[in-house]
Amino acid sequence: MSESAKLLHAISLQVNGEPVSETVEARKTLVDFLREDLGLTGSHVGCEHGVCGACTVRVNGQIVRGCLMLAVQCDGAAIETIEGVSDSGAIADLQDAFEKRNALQCGYCTPGMLLTSAELLNQTNAPTREEIREHLSGNYCRCTGYHAIIDAVEATIRARAGAKP
Amino acid sequence: MKPAAFAYAQARSLDHAIALLSDNEDARILAGGQSLMATLNMRLSSPSLLIDINCIEGLDAITERDGIVEIGALVRHAQAEQSPVIARAAPLIAAALPHIAHPAIRNRGTLAGSIAFADPAAELPACLMALAGEVEIQGPDGKRRVHADDFFQGLFETALGPHDIITAIRVPAARPQTRIGFAELARRHGDYAMVGLAACARADGQKLRDVRLCYFGVGATPLRARQAEALLTHGSDDDQIEKACAALAQDLDPADDVQASGKVKLHLAGVLLKRVVRQLLEPRS
Repeated sequence: MSESAKLLHAISLQVNGEPVSETVEARKTLVDFLREDLGLTGSHVGCEHGVCGACTVRVNGQIVRGCLMLAVQCDGAAIETIEGVSDSGAIADLQDAFEKRNALQCGYCTPGMLLTSAELLNQTNAPTREEIREHLSGNYCRCTGYHAIIDAVEATIRARAGAKP
Repeated sequence: MKPAAFAYAQARSLDHAIALLSDNEDARILAGGQSLMATLNMRLSSPSLLIDINCIEGLDAITERDGIVEIGALVRHAQAEQSPVIARAAPLIAAALPHIAHPAIRNRGTLAGSIAFADPAAELPACLMALAGEVEIQGPDGKRRVHADDFFQGLFETALGPHDIITAIRVPAARPQTRIGFAELARRHGDYAMVGLAACARADGQKLRDVRLCYFGVGATPLRARQAEALLTHGSDDDQIEKACAALAQDLDPADDVQASGKVKLHLAGVLLKRVVRQLLEPRS
């Protein structure tokens, strides 16, 4: 095996704005790295094959499945998790709307739902309910039946549009 | 589950990637990883080495030249969705992209990766075949191009050799008379289709010529419905469409799977054909 092909790799990256340097096994997924090595347990592990969306995090500004990317691939990347996005206050209104409308019960899917919804809020001004549903269709919720989640996202979109001059 | 242990290497160039492939048994290419990582996590595959090609420069371009749209091996679904070149010159691919998985997956997954993986229920292999496109491949013996009709050879089997890499996929750019149609039936948005149909034709007055109907989710590879294609080149009034639907029973022989029986799939193939023929008959805006 050639010299560069190794089982262990040193990586340096930014996580929620903080520089991080660690050594990781090649096989370690990004979400396991965040949870086990950095203690950032807000990103959840559900299906581990890209179906449920509980592990959604941002890599270089785009949402990805944390279980379908390796930590070693994130050398040099900027990662944002629900912890960082919550602390920044960027989605405080969306989080309030989730709480007001009971858009969560057990909360397991919520970090993924919030980050996925946040991407939609950043992309387009006035998505329809159908578009919200489509955008969130890759995130499973086993408690709410989704209606309250769609309501919360829609309410946040309306409030943000109303707040604009 | 967690993947079995493997080594990881970043390829600096295509030649480097091919050398790593040749030097290591059971090595796999990692591009978008949106199918590969799932199979690793489920331990359906356990390669000795992953060769990450994401850092190779020059593979992420979408270009249109001499009537051909070329999509580099690292072009991601989300990038293609936003590309004006794809929207204008590859409208069938533009129509298919929103059906592929979900935004977080489309941000990472590559079009070429979907072709290389060749899932029989995936949208893009069928689109490539409907468009009579080709796959550009680089291997130890240099570059070659393989037509879509020859590329998909069996269940997850393609014309790629063990040390080959797809460098680009190429499809003819749409012309004013090009007509396209796309429809699929899935239980949830973003799921693999129970049955899907990607189609392309050339309008000639009121007639359709060069009709290519490519079904997915009904066999081991994307499948052309050749008798239905031939019938539709003779006319596309309601009678002829019914005849084409009836001919699907000869063209397709879908097996039962967890989603539906073969009989149901054959019925749905007819439902999709009617929808797609309506799209083929509409001039593109």
